[in-house]
Amino acid sequence: MFAHTILSLMIWIPVIGGLFVMATGGDHNATTARWIAVITALIVMFLCIPLYTMFDTSNGLMQFKEYLPWIPSLDINYALGADGISVPMVILTNFTSLIVILAAVKAIKKSVSQYMAAFLIMQGLMNGVFCATDALLFYVFWEGSLIPMYLCIGVWGGKNRSYAAMKFFVYTFVGSALMFVALLYLRLHAGSFEITKFYTLHMSMTIQVLIFLAFFAAFAVKVPMWPFHTWLPDAHTEAPAGGSVVLAALMLKMGIYGFIRFSMPIVPNANQSLDWLMIVLGLFAIVYVAYLAIAQTDMKRLIAYSSIAHMGFAVLGCFLVYSIIGMTGNYQDAYLSFEGAVVQMISHAFGSGAMFLGVGVLYDQMHSRTIKDYSGVASKMPVFAAFFMLFAMSNVGLPGTSGFVGEFMIILSAFRAHFWIAFFAASTLVLGAGYTLWLVKRVFFGPVVAGSGVEKLVDITLNEKLVFSLLAIGVLWIGLYPEWLLRLLHTSVNHILTISLQSRL
Amino acid sequence: MEFYRALPEIFILGMACLILMVDTFIKQRRLVLTYTLTQLTLIAVFILSLMQFNTQTYIGFHGTFIRDHFTTLLELVIYLTTFVVFLFSRDYILDRTNLGRGEYYVLGLFSMLGMMVLVAAHSLITIYLGLELLSLPLYAMVAMKRDDGRATEAAMKYFVMGALASGMLLYGMSLIFGATHSIDLAQIAQMITTHHAQMPILMLGLVFLIAGIAFKLGVVPFHMWLPDVYTGAPTSVVLFVSTAPKIAAFAMAVRLLVEMLPTLHMQWQPLLILLAILSMGLGNFLAIAQTNIKRMLAYSGIAHIGYMLLGLIAGTQVGYSSALFYMIAYVFMALAAFSMLILLSRKGFECEQISDLQGLNTRSPWLALMMLFIMFSMAGIPPFIGFFAKLSVLEALINVHLVWLAVVAMVFAIVGVFYYLRVVKVMYFEKPEVDDLIDWGLDRRVILSTNAMALLFFGVFPSGLYALCQYAFLGWHF
Repeated sequence: MFAHTILSLMIWIPVIGGLFVMATGGDHNATTARWIAVITALIVMFLCIPLYTMFDTSNGLMQFKEYLPWIPSLDINYALGADGISVPMVILTNFTSLIVILAAVKAIKKSVSQYMAAFLIMQGLMNGVFCATDALLFYVFWEGSLIPMYLCIGVWGGKNRSYAAMKFFVYTFVGSALMFVALLYLRLHAGSFEITKFYTLHMSMTIQVLIFLAFFAAFAVKVPMWPFHTWLPDAHTEAPAGGSVVLAALMLKMGIYGFIRFSMPIVPNANQSLDWLMIVLGLFAIVYVAYLAIAQTDMKRLIAYSSIAHMGFAVLGCFLVYSIIGMTGNYQDAYLSFEGAVVQMISHAFGSGAMFLGVGVLYDQMHSRTIKDYSGVASKMPVFAAFFMLFAMSNVGLPGTSGFVGEFMIILSAFRAHFWIAFFAASTLVLGAGYTLWLVKRVFFGPVVAGSGVEKLVDITLNEKLVFSLLAIGVLWIGLYPEWLLRLLHTSVNHILTISLQSRL
Repeated sequence: MEFYRALPEIFILGMACLILMVDTFIKQRRLVLTYTLTQLTLIAVFILSLMQFNTQTYIGFHGTFIRDHFTTLLELVIYLTTFVVFLFSRDYILDRTNLGRGEYYVLGLFSMLGMMVLVAAHSLITIYLGLELLSLPLYAMVAMKRDDGRATEAAMKYFVMGALASGMLLYGMSLIFGATHSIDLAQIAQMITTHHAQMPILMLGLVFLIAGIAFKLGVVPFHMWLPDVYTGAPTSVVLFVSTAPKIAAFAMAVRLLVEMLPTLHMQWQPLLILLAILSMGLGNFLAIAQTNIKRMLAYSGIAHIGYMLLGLIAGTQVGYSSALFYMIAYVFMALAAFSMLILLSRKGFECEQISDLQGLNTRSPWLALMMLFIMFSMAGIPPFIGFFAKLSVLEALINVHLVWLAVVAMVFAIVGVFYYLRVVKVMYFEKPEVDDLIDWGLDRRVILSTNAMALLFFGVFPSGLYALCQYAFLGWHF
């Protein structure tokens, strides 16, 4: 019984909680709003425990299935399910939302109820994105989650917020609009919006390429892949700390998830013939964008560019599989690369999310994101500096942190595809270390300049310590004991990969 | 039997005359009696039509009158919108000189009667009669603010353009009569299927018909009157012009094209495709440039009608019912949007510029949220009804393999998102310049909230409304 409602609960408890929070009204009820929000997020987080324990890792298909007819005349159903790729994403969504809400308890003072409501509703909708097994339901959640994010950037953001919010919305909408037509087209041929039905379609190469391009428009903007990334630095920079965390940790992942769930298994031949494009764009993100990151003077912008570089890694991992199979014919190597991409997608959330939150902490006290304004923060905020160092190390990909696992798997398998691909991919280890450590050096070390405001900094509060500890546990857990995550993935990744390698002309 | 089927029409005619008398001869403060009587009439006629809902198709009065599911459903929507229009007009017209007179309601009722005749028309003559009855009171309503230059100009434009459209339509009808020797829609359809019609004349007639329909719906390139009327007319009249008559014009299009000329689908389809692309493109692009929100909504309306046409272009049962769905969705979105403008206006201040909405979230979070619903619904973002309206017309298009047209429509939808978002931006991201209270009665508050919430509700649960739209076309032959 519980197994067939748990996903719905995870979608609708946050949404309804969000409505309740909104109903508390203005800021005179802020405390009530905070309490309801935290409790809602905690309840959903606890629901993740049965989700994890009840998940059958030997089954690569959808589990926890739910099915209700929604719009019979258009043959759209409320169909949910989670496989080994969805489950970690759902847990990640709930974990990140809890973190963001906990962090906001102290940090947000303006329109608290609306802020909390936006994040709770976003949490529910994103859970829906990762659980929908009906393509149209997926699309509804996918687009719906733009609304709270748009408001979040625009209402609580920085100086240039309306420009950034508008750019965020229009960019992502441009991409997904074309995907929408592709989904309708697929439905016509498959006879229903069920995603698994799409996996059995046979289509000509031209059609496959057109559909691939439609998906590419949606997902490449979301990931974001170079050269469609320009919305991200703006959105990240202007968004409040919580918004940046959700963007980096979850929203970008929706793009990779889309490639894995839709593009690769639905039009495998088009993916195979255009994999060079994806690999080149992925490498561009890894190398070129990393150089861009080095040149940034704004902390948030720097981390945003580093996110793009890391996401380039995930894309690379996904699309390497075709050339690995082509070069060696070894399925195991392709599998390693593909699973590496999924791990990268999850592990990146902890490092970059935590770093954004960290910048938020600094910004609250100093009201500046410019690297130059800081120096010697470590001497005033030792605890915070220690945490930030750990997250920075994860961003670099130090063994023992979450950032290492995925990158290592992908680089390892990249050697099977082509030496130069591996060469450029591995350069991230140098470049990533370069921009991250240089950032840490400039901000945290060096002398405290009198009059810069750094001397007045106060170390993090108990609330912030709690939040950062939770994130640190995540970073180390995945870094030291990835099996906890990998055991969920194996069978499902295997299943998706098998479908993605079929020829279905 | 004949009279029972036409009872709603007869009842409205009688009541409109009665209310005119009451208004003329009984002295009343603030038009309470006229207003109450009008609204009661609408409620009563709603029930009368509802009683006829589940009946067989009936054609009477020598083939000039038809009552089928389509008629009744559209009538119900028309009553509902008119009711809301009057409700929002009440305080609005009383607060403004020259507007607060009983004729307002009487003219409205007569125009509504025209719409009812139009949706129940089964011959060319009834269609023309309904159209004229619909239009004439509207011209007068637009011009009710006699001392306002803009309103007079708008009325003049509306009248001249409307007369031109009627002329075109009438000319097209006469050509079709010449080609088929009949004015009965079913007979004309019959004549064409059995090849008893003269094709060249028929084609000429078809072109004029489409031009006339395009005028009434406000489709590019016959849209010129629309932005000017929306900007010039009092907002309460715009609320009326932008909603119920659109439903009637839609009914006219369906009766003339789908019921009378289904066999010429291949001929009228390319014409409509051209009109639809122009409307979606021009409407969306020009809306971006507007700073006046009424004008912006006018262009957005032009674009929306373009999307509705996509359903007719598909030319299938699914297509027609999705066009109807789109039309109903649009009417309720426009209704909500213009009622919001009325609500934000007050004596001596008209909410007309987009900047007038500045910082609405600070002034009234609830109203801002409702306006957010309306804007996202118009932009076609799920989970609002506007999304499902777009979904259903696009789906119908793709089912008949017009994928390229669906892509074009989506591209213009992207353009459209921009200006709707700008309204949200102004409301949420900017600080208010004025901070006075928004005065609004309980009735208006409840109705506007219900209307805006309905956009969300029918977005989350669209299947009932969608089934109703399919039901409207039950028993039609295509």
